[in-house]
Amino acid sequence: MTATLTRSARPTVFARPSGARKFKNGLATTLVTAAFLVALVPLVWLLWTVISKGFHVIMSSSWWTESQHNQTQKTPGGGALHAIVGTLEQVALCSVISVPIAILVGIYLVEYARGPFARVTTFMVDILTGIPSIVAALFIYALFVSTFHHLRSGWLVSMALVILMVPVIVRTTEEMLKLVPNELREASYALGVPKWKTIAKIVLPTAFTGLVTGVILGVARVAGETAPLLILVGYAQGMNANLFGTKFQGSLPGMINDEFTNLNTATGGSAYHLDPNGKRVAGGAINYAPDRMWGAALTLIAIVLLLNVIARFVARFNKVSQ
Amino acid sequence: MADGDLPTDLASRSTNGVTPARGGNPFASRIGGGGVGLQPAPPAAAAPVQPAALVGSAEPLAAAAPSDAPPVTGAGSPALGTPKGKVRLGDRVLLALTTGAAGFVVVLVVLVAFFLLVKSVPSILDDKVNFLTSTEWSPTPGNLRFGIAPLLYTTVVISILAMILAVPTAIGIALFITHYAPKSIARPVAYAIDLLAAIPSIIYGIWGARVLAPHLVGAQHALYHLGGVPLFKDRNVPTGSLFNGGVVLAIMILPIVTAISRDVFERTPRENIEAAWALGATKWEMVRLAVLPYGRAGVISGAMLGLGRALGETIAVFLILSKVSHFSPSMFSGGETIASKIANSASEFNDPASTGAYIAAGLVLFVLTFVVNAAARTIVNRRKDFT
Repeated sequence: MTATLTRSARPTVFARPSGARKFKNGLATTLVTAAFLVALVPLVWLLWTVISKGFHVIMSSSWWTESQHNQTQKTPGGGALHAIVGTLEQVALCSVISVPIAILVGIYLVEYARGPFARVTTFMVDILTGIPSIVAALFIYALFVSTFHHLRSGWLVSMALVILMVPVIVRTTEEMLKLVPNELREASYALGVPKWKTIAKIVLPTAFTGLVTGVILGVARVAGETAPLLILVGYAQGMNANLFGTKFQGSLPGMINDEFTNLNTATGGSAYHLDPNGKRVAGGAINYAPDRMWGAALTLIAIVLLLNVIARFVARFNKVSQ
Repeated sequence: MADGDLPTDLASRSTNGVTPARGGNPFASRIGGGGVGLQPAPPAAAAPVQPAALVGSAEPLAAAAPSDAPPVTGAGSPALGTPKGKVRLGDRVLLALTTGAAGFVVVLVVLVAFFLLVKSVPSILDDKVNFLTSTEWSPTPGNLRFGIAPLLYTTVVISILAMILAVPTAIGIALFITHYAPKSIARPVAYAIDLLAAIPSIIYGIWGARVLAPHLVGAQHALYHLGGVPLFKDRNVPTGSLFNGGVVLAIMILPIVTAISRDVFERTPRENIEAAWALGATKWEMVRLAVLPYGRAGVISGAMLGLGRALGETIAVFLILSKVSHFSPSMFSGGETIASKIANSASEFNDPASTGAYIAAGLVLFVLTFVVNAAARTIVNRRKDFT
């Protein structure tokens, strides 16, 4: 770098950059742009794959109204209702528990936290952010199944998801509350309003849309989690809306995983297969597992991306912009 | 490098207007000792001194004077509430609730470590082979023989491979968004990268295993012919190799590394950039002199967070990697990571002893991610202290 500096310091200040410098500059620009293009490839490719392979599947009405009850990979039809219901229930229970806790922690960190306990809390939230989903699932297993002898069940999945969801919402809540201008709080105090009321009536409403964004992002984060499902509840093809029962429960990630394992099992030669009308057709096996897998994948992506887009949209109405 | 010469009086990552001294919190220090219960021990006479004192109202006097009046709980006009001496019930409740929630988070992390430890230690003690170095894995009750070595190796190799691919690309994208692209392009690009982060990992898994894998075989062959180092030796697994898994993991951690790098690059002080321009720097020289040195700590911590995620990734790796009967150090062989091993064996969790073996593996993973994440946060926080 010193070469550059001395050269610039000469009387000929406006000398053009030398060839080597121009070359380096051009190379850097190329590489940076290339990095961006390279990153777009998997995104476009992945979305295209899922949409092109799954779109015709989710367009059938039975996809949204039927379960996979008594279906095999050789029988056409059936749907993903059981999986959608299972995922929604598990995520809903998780949200009901996580959201109040996480928002309270966020309030604590911004409005109250002082001293060593505040630092401990911040650190623990950081650690919680980094806990792998499989470890969260193992912990819930060790706590509820090994120690308290509960049987595997849908609500245990929700418990594991709480561990994953809380830090996401705490972080966004914290960021959003920090954005609330301090003048608002001070004005409120100056009028003699107590602190709790200032938080409840001034700070939270100001940051409300930001908090909603955080919650939606948290939901989107956990909706696609698969590891807890593998450990804490079996996958059921039939409808099971009872979150607290001990029967297996379907879920979208569980369904994708299940159909993935079916991908290769039906490729052996069977005497006939059923065509979409249910008629027996002689010949090699048709496997409906890929259709169902990509269909479930598209359904899951659609739910998660929709939530993300809503979050962005809500964030736009935030009173305190970033 | 002249980077050290440039002034770095910079706003730290998230201090845009946070709380100045507000009501003194008697709880924070009291609870810091370790007791993290929910009980709201009434703060004795420590009435919060509200910043209203600054405007010279009568409030501090009122606050100091002991009063027998019952705490006001929200009655009266919010605008001109009469301040009472005691800490209001509402304040006490909210303080207790928020502190309790914070305590819950702390207790939760401690519990995770505690239960993993308690449930795994008996099995580790019963282990007939060395837990850390053995390559066996047969946790049969009564004859426990399990070692973490190959799982740990695979986990680390696949994650480092992901880092090698993802971090330079992420830095490139972050620079593109912050300093190269026009605003009209930068915004959609940033949005698209965030979308990558939103896609569930199982979908990366099925895509990586069924769609991407066949396309990587060529690259794998090319690399294989490069050399005889053990890392490249075996190639008995055309798809489902560690290489394959590493590429998919790289795509998965790209968004988080990009997001954090972008964040720090964006905050490069205007003065530094303009100083570089004034010295006649080209664009790349400006980036190298002003942007990169300023963002170094942020990039490192972003990379560490990405590493933490890669180490713990379960389902994508589980779906992509082929299981092999004999452990091979080659990048082009299959294998199992700690997380994928646990996920694969969930159905074997019927006996406390063998379950303990898997929980022990989970404990190792927990410690590993804990160390990596804590290191990343320390770098970020130290940076904050400096600035």
